[in-house]
Formats: sequence, C-alpha cells, structure tokens
Amino acid sequence: MRIFLKLIFLFVIISSLILSRANAAGEQQEPLKVDWSFKSFFGKFDRASLQRGYQVYTEVCASCHSLKHLSYRNLAEKGGPEFTELEAKAIASNFEVTDGPNSDGEMFERPAKLSDKFVMPYANVQEAIAANGGAYPPDMSVLVKARSGGANYIYSVLMGYDEPPAGMELDDGVYYNKYMYGNKIKMSSPLDEDIVEYSDGTKATVDQMARDVTTFLQWTAEPHLETRHKLGFRVIIYLSVLTILVYFSMKKIWSRIETKV
Amino acid sequence: MSDHEYTPKSKVGKWFNDRLPLLTLANHLTDYPTPKNLNYWWTFGGILTFCLITQIITGIVLGMHYVAHADLAFQSVEHIMRDVNYGWLIRYVHANGASMFFLAVYIHIFRSLYYGSYKSPREVIWIIGMLIYFLMMATAFMGYVLPWGQMSFWGATVITNLFSAIPLVGESITNWLWGGYSVDNPTLTRFFSLHYLFPFLILGLVVLHIWALHVPGNNNPIGIDIKKPSKDTVPFHPYIVIKDAFALLIFLLIFAFFVFFSPNILGHADNYIEANPLVTPAHIVPEWYLLPFYAILRSVPDKLLGVIAMFAAIFVLVILPWLDTSKVRSTVFRPIYKQFYWFLVADVLILGYVGAMPAEGLYLLIARVATTYYFAHFLIILPFLGFKEKTTPLPLSITEPVLGGSADMAMARNNSDLKEKL
Repeated sequence: MRIFLKLIFLFVIISSLILSRANAAGEQQEPLKVDWSFKSFFGKFDRASLQRGYQVYTEVCASCHSLKHLSYRNLAEKGGPEFTELEAKAIASNFEVTDGPNSDGEMFERPAKLSDKFVMPYANVQEAIAANGGAYPPDMSVLVKARSGGANYIYSVLMGYDEPPAGMELDDGVYYNKYMYGNKIKMSSPLDEDIVEYSDGTKATVDQMARDVTTFLQWTAEPHLETRHKLGFRVIIYLSVLTILVYFSMKKIWSRIETKV
Repeated sequence: MSDHEYTPKSKVGKWFNDRLPLLTLANHLTDYPTPKNLNYWWTFGGILTFCLITQIITGIVLGMHYVAHADLAFQSVEHIMRDVNYGWLIRYVHANGASMFFLAVYIHIFRSLYYGSYKSPREVIWIIGMLIYFLMMATAFMGYVLPWGQMSFWGATVITNLFSAIPLVGESITNWLWGGYSVDNPTLTRFFSLHYLFPFLILGLVVLHIWALHVPGNNNPIGIDIKKPSKDTVPFHPYIVIKDAFALLIFLLIFAFFVFFSPNILGHADNYIEANPLVTPAHIVPEWYLLPFYAILRSVPDKLLGVIAMFAAIFVLVILPWLDTSKVRSTVFRPIYKQFYWFLVADVLILGYVGAMPAEGLYLLIARVATTYYFAHFLIILPFLGFKEKTTPLPLSITEPVLGGSADMAMARNNSDLKEKL
C-alpha cells in the first residue's frame, strides 16, 4: 500500500510539473472554457445547434474550408444533425459533382447524391493556397481533434479577433488573434453579427454562431461520439458488476487458505 | 514441473496424450504451484498477455480496412473511424491498448526490479522479457507511423535518421530503411508489413518467457526460495486465475475509461493533420512510453554518442542480473537499495517529463543529470551496493511470517548463513 501511495505521490508531482509548464507556454492566451453539451459521461450534441452550425459552415466556412471525409448521407445519420433524408437529399442536390466516364467515355456533371463526399471548394491544395494569399485553409473534418485545445480552442479563435496591441506590426493579410498560436492568423474574422439568418429564429450573434459551428465541427470530427458515450456507460456498468462478482468469488476461494487477498 | 506423473482418466484422452501430451501440459498449467503470498503487482503478467491478444485481434481487424499507401492511409483511417461498423471502437481500443500495454509492461518491469525477479535462477526469463520489451517499442513506433499524420511522418523521420549517425555506412543504411531518399510510401508499406509481423514474434517470445518461468517457478515478495509444492504454494487454478481475473477487470475499467471517454488524450493532436513533408511541427515528440529514451538520446550533444547512449540504456537492463551483485532478491530486506530503487523510479519519470519538453536551457540540464544518474544507478550503485549493504534477516519460509502474524526475526535464519545458501 505504501508503494502505491509513493507512486501516486510521484504521479502528482510529475503531472503538476506538466500542468505548470502548459500554463507558462507561449504568449497567446489560454482558450476560453465553454460548458459544451457533448462533454462529460452522458454528453450529447444539441441537435438544433448542430443544424445551425451546419448552416454557418455552408454559408461562411465552406467557401474556403473543405470537409472531405464527410458524405452528405452523414447529415441524416443518427447522432448527427439528424436532418431528414429528404432534407439531406435536397442539401446534396445543391452541389454539382463530376461523375463518369459514361458509356461514351465522357465525364459528366450531375447533382450530388447522399452517397457522395462533400464537394470541396478547391480542386486541390495548390489552388486553395493560391486563392488564399499563401495560407492553406485546413480541411475541417477532424480539425477539432487536430488542435490540442479541441472545441474550446476553435471557439476561442473565432472569438479572439481584436486590435493588435500597441507596437505589434502586422503584414498585409495577417490578423491579430488573442488565442491563435503566435497570435497571428491569415484568416480575417469570419463571423459578423447576423451574417447568417437562422431559420429557427435564434439570434445570430458572433458568440452564438461560434458555438454552433464549433459544435458542428466537434460532430464532424467525432461522428460517433454519442454512441461512444452510451456504449461506454454500459461497458463501465457491466465491468463494475462483473468486478464485484469476481471479487467475492475470489474471497470465497481464497478463504480455504489462511493467506489474505 | 510438478513431481507426479499425470495420466488422463479417459481412454481416448490417454491415447491422445501418449501421442501429443497436451493434456499433461494443461494439467501442469492448472496445477502449477505458485507462491501464495504473491501480491497484486504479480497480476500484470496475465494483464500483459491479455493486452497482447487484444492488440493482435484488433490489429487484424484494422488491417482488413486500412490501406498502406502514403496517399490513402490517412483517409482509410478516417474511413475506419466513420464508416466501418464499430471501426471507431476497434481503432480506439488498438491505439489506447498500446498505451495500456506499455503502462502494464512498465509496472511489470519495475515489479521485477523491486523484488529482484531478474536474479539467479531467473536471468533467462528476464532477458527474454527485455527482448519482448524491445520488440514492443519497435512495434509501437511503427504502428504510430501507419495513420500517416504529421507526428507519424516526422517521428519516423527523426527516428530513422538516427541510423545515419553510424560512421561510413550510416547514410546507406538510412536509405535502405527508407526504401528511397526520404520517408515516403516505401517506408510506410514496409512499416505496415513489419508492424503486422512483430506481434507474432512477441507472442512466440511470450511463450518462451512463460516456459522459462515455469522451470524455477515464480519469485515472490519475500524473494526466498520455497519448496514446491508445499504449504507455501497454491495451485495456479483456481487461486491465481481468479486473482488475475479480478486484477484484469480493474485494469479493464481504466482501459474502458480511456477508450470511451478520453480516447485521444494519450495521443498528439498533430497526428490528426495529414502528413506533410513540407511543414515541420513545432515540437516533434514520440508517444509517452518512449519519452525517457528520447530524453537520453537528446541529452548527449553528439548524435552518434546519443544513439549509443539510448541503446545502452536498454542494454544495461539486459545485463542487469550480473550488475546487481546482491544475493538477496527482495527489496523488503535491502533498506539502502530500497532508497535507490525509488530514486530510480523518480529518475525515469523525470526523464519522461523532460523528454516531452524542448531540449534547451534548464530542461537539457535536468535531462543530462537524470541520464547520468540512470547509468550510475546500474553501473556504479548496484554493483557496489551488493557488497556494502547490510541486509535485514530473511524468513525461512512464506508461511512462518504470515502465520506468525508478524515477520518475527527470531524465526529467521541468520543473514550470513542465508547468503551462503543462496
């Protein structure tokens, strides 16, 4: 038992060192903390927020940022924005995809179907870089998982545009952001009040849109998050019950011997 | 092996067993006399076997959906995460399983260090164990490359570049490892092939590890030789089986917590960015379980010497049975070694911590001190301590201190007598 305590003691020391280091890192501020509905053991997505977030993505982000790992069918799947199949089909049909070759050996354009991947704003990375002043707008499919602050960080960057502090020189096309790594970002502030009009009547403040689109991006990064939480809870319960049963079996079996377990 | 000859009761069983003594083996495994005072630190052998099997099974399934190609690997992992039925579960179990595997193996190794399980007559078990550990690190490293994210690519670049430090042939060897002039598709495909092969080599070594264990039998917390079977032992089944099962379930609870509620906390966020040879990440760090060795590597200013130091850090462990000159196995009876043992644990944790930090300023200094201490522990402290240390008296058997209610030293043999015996 004392060994165990010593190990815990060491663990606490090491982890506090790591935490203190993390706090001291860099000049950018710590990301804002949001009480997301998808955090915690029973965390679920806010369905309405996901649908609004999808709207923000399509109307604001999608002109530069791709979602190449998603298909239109995902929009109608359980645990996501849960658009109806008809709605998802209608969304898909707004986009043109190249298909083929047909029986004449020709490639042709057709409206997208549920099974198609999200249409990308640029044909390739080079075109994206050329169109954005030398900065590549990253694919957003797993963006939340690809940034160490996760959803809080994405939300913070969207909220973090500000006037640069006195004495800070910024090149053309570079913007100041409180939470961005190094405080410089090549994307201009994407959200302005009422830049989208929510169909459910929610007021489109910058904060509201940032929350909605971050929730949406959390889902694109972890489309099975709700299933994972639900299954995880059942697994923990099952294992706990089994552990208790095995514990008493063990006690019973070892009671034949004088040694304690 | 137990002394009595085993004969199956049924005629068919006897017929088969005479031709292939599988039933004798099964009987040996269930009857195997095990010290009855094994504590929970001894349950990690079973836990590790479970980890290996889990990694192999989840790995085989992942291999059915994964595409080992530089242009498709990242996408195929996302395909597993999104479209394969329970693919996210299988991948998260596999990725976190690697971390849990290493967590268990480190506890297993440090248990052996604490109770002197590497000492005569168990040197071969220990050396096979070290081979397994070495293969595990190679397998884990190559597995981390497969998703072809930024850390995969740059980790592979850093580690394979180490071989270029070898004089004269270094560059040729590196190019040979890469299958080209940089880390690229040929590197990925061979890593996939080897990542699939190595676990089966590990499995083979695990069989040898257990076989070698069953020759002298288990060490125990008191570290004394015991008669087998005797009052000091219990048959493996059901006593140890049920205890291992209980410990495994506790371990699984922690495992499940990571898989279902924090599946990415042990990985690096950059590995969700597709590999890009033109963009170097700000800090290239290996997975947590390799950090102490990474710290040793970087603490030496010369590249070649750094590589040598890193491999030497593993090699000193291999020859440990001959570096530790003390005849007393268990730290329980070695008051001075006990202090040094905990210094070593702290030292390795510190190495792991500075391995994750940039190699500059204070961190570099700490890494150098900790590296020096690591080698000093094995090469200076252990050999001398064996001669200098005054150990406390050992009990005659497991039963005596346990049944006596306390480790009554009056029952114990004089320490010097015992040293002669051992």
